[in-house]
Amino acid sequence: MSSAREMRLRIRSVKNISQVTRALEAVSASKVRKSMAAVSATRAYATKAWQVLTHISQQPGRSNLHPLLTRRLHVERTLVVAVSGDRGLAGAYNTNVIRYTAQKFNNYATPVRYIAVGRKGRDMLIRRRKEVIAEFSNLPAAPSFADVSAIGRMAVDEFLKGAVDEVYLVYTDFITMARQETVVKKLLPLEMDSGAERVETYEQKHLAAAYIYEPAEAEILDEIIPRFTALQVYQAILESLASEHAARMVAMRNATDNAISLVASLQLDYNKARQQAITNDLLDIAGGAEALTRALAQNYRIGGENG
Amino acid sequence: MPIRCEIVSQDRSVYSGNADMVLLPGTEGEMGILPNHAPLLTTLQFGVIEVRYQGREEYFTVAGGIAEVQPDIVTVLADAAENVEEIDISRAEAARKSAEELLAKGPPADTDAYLKIEAALRKSNLRLDAVKRFRRVTTKHGRISEETK
Repeated sequence: MSSAREMRLRIRSVKNISQVTRALEAVSASKVRKSMAAVSATRAYATKAWQVLTHISQQPGRSNLHPLLTRRLHVERTLVVAVSGDRGLAGAYNTNVIRYTAQKFNNYATPVRYIAVGRKGRDMLIRRRKEVIAEFSNLPAAPSFADVSAIGRMAVDEFLKGAVDEVYLVYTDFITMARQETVVKKLLPLEMDSGAERVETYEQKHLAAAYIYEPAEAEILDEIIPRFTALQVYQAILESLASEHAARMVAMRNATDNAISLVASLQLDYNKARQQAITNDLLDIAGGAEALTRALAQNYRIGGENG
Repeated sequence: MPIRCEIVSQDRSVYSGNADMVLLPGTEGEMGILPNHAPLLTTLQFGVIEVRYQGREEYFTVAGGIAEVQPDIVTVLADAAENVEEIDISRAEAARKSAEELLAKGPPADTDAYLKIEAALRKSNLRLDAVKRFRRVTTKHGRISEETK
């Protein structure tokens, strides 16, 4: 058993750790509230945008409407945008994103390239020797649309250039504080099925009638379709941010709880050791006293004999 | 039968309600949308959206975006939109001033930066104009309902 001094030090350091993790938990709790507010604030726009996109996709002659809506016959290369965090200490959050990505795309039919959003994800992808063509890290704590629109634009550019034939988005959906789910979503070519359930009731009311476009059709689609793609990326990033903070909060709460129970058990050991030491001391004293009296008695007896 | 009108900007829902007529600043010109309009998709320019319902008007500034018209609904996806009553005049003034100062220093070398400043200037001008033209008279104690144009 370690000495009492060592144990005292250990208890103190564990207590310090629990204070740090508690502080981190509080910080994440306030951040998760903020990022949840940001997600729900953009949801109105995103939902409406989906509705409009759905209508566009139901237009007669959809496949030739716009290159971003056109499915390619031969898919030869795939691009994956993986959204992770810049920082660790968030439980399994970052690992989950990359593990899920690997599970989906490691034995994929086509070569896969990656755009990494977030430093942790980038590091893990590079360690796994993936082809990372771009990285976006150090995003602001509350990114605006303008901050992240470059990511979507890059995906659109790669797709239009013909460098890739499909673009997927891997991110973490925020479901509740305790539950976040890693999901993969097809970004390009735009497919309406993924958002179908959101607009189902709406669709039934508005069966596809050909639009009047003002200005010309091509111009207006050029304007809005890339923007909607960027918007989806933006939404995904906001969801991921909320998930990251929630994951960190839960991880830190667990760490705090563990630290507290560790302190309790260490304290118990320490008390036992301390009591043991006292008992030993008492035994020593008692034994010493006993020996002393015995020696004195003997001395007296000897002295008596002599005297 | 009224037509529904929904105005959303990228960060929030600005307006949602019924209308007898909606006036939109389309890139090809102003357009008035009545109920049962044919499906229409248009881009918007900087301007003011007017929503008329039962003899009352509401005004919104819009800094570009898209509007989708279906027979029973007008959806405006604005890059930025505000109810004229909610515009913060002092903030808009400050934005205009700083943009003007930046431009006065001479055009920045970077085209992107220039466009950004110019957009900021146009946006604050639009806001201030809209306030001047469309805002109801306000007193310290709140809004007086009559309109003064």
